[in-house]
Amino acid sequence: MAKKLAALDVNNCIGCMECMFACSRRVGRIGLDKSAIRVRSAGGIERGFVIVVCRACENPPCAKVCPTDALKARKEGGGVVLDETKCIGCGFCVQSCIVGAMFWDDERDKPIVCKYCGECAKYCVHGAIGLVEA
Amino acid sequence: MLMKVEDMNKVLYIDLTKKDIRTEERADLFDAYLGGTGVAIKLLVEECPQGIDPLSAANPIIFAVGPLTGLYPLASKTVAMFKSPLTGNLGESHCGGRSATAIKFAGYGAIVIKGASDIPLYLAIAGDEVKFRDASSIWSMEAVTVGRVLREVEPGAGVRTIIRTGTAGGKMVRYACAVTETYRHFGRLGLGAVMGSKKLKALVISADKSVELPKPKRKEYQRVYDEIQDVVVKSDAMAKYHDLGTPGKIYSMNKLGGMAYKNLESARAPEEVARELSGENIAEKYLSRRISCAHCPVGCVHLASLRELYAPGYYFKTSTMPYDNETIYSLGFMLGMERAEDYLRLNDAVDTVGMDAISTGVTLAWATEAYAKGLITKEHTDGLELKWGDGTVYSAAIKKIVEMPNEFYQSLAKGVEYASSVYGGQDYALAFGGNEMPEYHTGLACYLNNLTGARHSHLDSAGYDLDQKLIGTDFSIEEVASALLKEEEWRQIPSSLVVCFFARKVFTPETVLKALGAIGLEGWTEEKLNDIGRDIHRAKMDFKFREGYDLTKLRIPKRIFEVPTPNGLLKEEDLRRAIEVYGKMIGR
Repeated sequence: MAKKLAALDVNNCIGCMECMFACSRRVGRIGLDKSAIRVRSAGGIERGFVIVVCRACENPPCAKVCPTDALKARKEGGGVVLDETKCIGCGFCVQSCIVGAMFWDDERDKPIVCKYCGECAKYCVHGAIGLVEA
Repeated sequence: MLMKVEDMNKVLYIDLTKKDIRTEERADLFDAYLGGTGVAIKLLVEECPQGIDPLSAANPIIFAVGPLTGLYPLASKTVAMFKSPLTGNLGESHCGGRSATAIKFAGYGAIVIKGASDIPLYLAIAGDEVKFRDASSIWSMEAVTVGRVLREVEPGAGVRTIIRTGTAGGKMVRYACAVTETYRHFGRLGLGAVMGSKKLKALVISADKSVELPKPKRKEYQRVYDEIQDVVVKSDAMAKYHDLGTPGKIYSMNKLGGMAYKNLESARAPEEVARELSGENIAEKYLSRRISCAHCPVGCVHLASLRELYAPGYYFKTSTMPYDNETIYSLGFMLGMERAEDYLRLNDAVDTVGMDAISTGVTLAWATEAYAKGLITKEHTDGLELKWGDGTVYSAAIKKIVEMPNEFYQSLAKGVEYASSVYGGQDYALAFGGNEMPEYHTGLACYLNNLTGARHSHLDSAGYDLDQKLIGTDFSIEEVASALLKEEEWRQIPSSLVVCFFARKVFTPETVLKALGAIGLEGWTEEKLNDIGRDIHRAKMDFKFREGYDLTKLRIPKRIFEVPTPNGLLKEEDLRRAIEVYGKMIGR
């Protein structure tokens, strides 16, 4: 079965951002700017955190607006896969994602798309995020 | 944006007088002294002329991170260095939050701020771009509100930190702190006052870079990263610091009889007070959230929420405040609080104005005793009847320390060393080296630590920890002095890497070498680490002696010899001799 990433319990999130570091490491970068997951405060830390992850939509808006078919719906489980060779860097996908889960790589001028690999979840020791059946 | 390991040595120099910046590669400093404390002390010596007024434009503020910052779990702290307006000597304060990660991935190893602005300013540092922005409209705001304003007005690519002062900083209360991410502090020694003197309200630093390792190094790096992560997650420290946090040891410290209570009238509060102010009780009743610094899975920061009626007609407010071991000591035990919620309100009051909680508590504890003894009167206190356990009066006093309506409050705003030199009561003015004392009344080691530590902080050499190990054993003064010196020398390494002291047992010399090697910083050995630990410590002591620190002239309040410690009554002659022995060990 296909998997997707999910915020299991945002109340468990302590804002350590280890998930973001883990995601950036997949592409050989130590930092936060290559991450396909984002944790930010919910407007003041006392309100807790917001975890922004790709929702793996069944009929993904980002794929619908892609003018070059670089983003295509995943065969099963919802969400999208990116064919970078087709991407022209228009950024429509970012605009179409109202939860803000389509991130942007300024260096390459391409979107950063969650691959549902679960690397981030391996470093979440408080059980805030995890892979679930799509 | 791309950054390489060799790009981590960049220093950003900011001149607030000329509103000008420049950057310089300082591989000379970072290669020799790692980063953090090691590089900061070298920059301080370069930038801080001898004998200056700490509140003059000549005083530099240095923020430094290290080679491990942002690259490994728990390498989450920034070191700030400056000349302290509280002690008139070395100022060094550490803070986490997102400050360290933001500075590192903005592309800097250190930031040096010099001069003073003519108008209130804040600095917006977004990667390579530095903007000087008018802060007139936020100048007299509380730190929390400044955060709210800047969060909205400044775009925040990636991760960012907002380092700001409260009202106490602007008024240059000598122990005003700088606040980051609402709940973390460069607490001790008055960084907030130095920022105030420069008309610098805040710095917003946002990251836009990430570090790329050469391909052959990546596997090794991931392996070492996972080893460190694994040790942290499975260690007892993880559970200890996450569950109850540092307040977990409040109750046992009191039971041991090492907890300064009511200005050290005794070293043990009554059982019911200890239970009320214990980490367990506060967690059960008020803990509302645990948060962490960036890149730390521990989450030791504990926030309490207090819901209270503030006006008739069901008008409730809920306030959230951070609490930890030292603030429970200084604002709870030292001031004789009997109810946890009174302590929490006081903690909120101190946080609201942005002052160091330890210095505030100890200064008010002295004032309370001096008031009871008639050295100061209602005329001095502007009508306040200072009384143990009276949180309402203390909250009012905290506001007055910032507003300084008269000479007495102007004196309190300079700390207990100064206030007691004007009004008397020095025997019970509990400052060491000019810095108000931390919690512990455990024996010879903690006071030798307070007096000789480069920052006069309990974290310099952890004397309180050694004292507890020494209970019931025979030990010589030489052994104590030598153990503390060795500890303080080694602690320069975690402070230079920079890793959190809570992870000091994780970052053993072996792990440090592996962590450095895996990011391509070769050539380090345990011996070399020990050598630079000693060098960095001596450089700090050289600065202190240059600025007038004198081992033979240290003032020691008599009170500490009158109250038994868990190691028995401490004798002044022993402590004086220990200072002398320590002096010889460092060649003074």
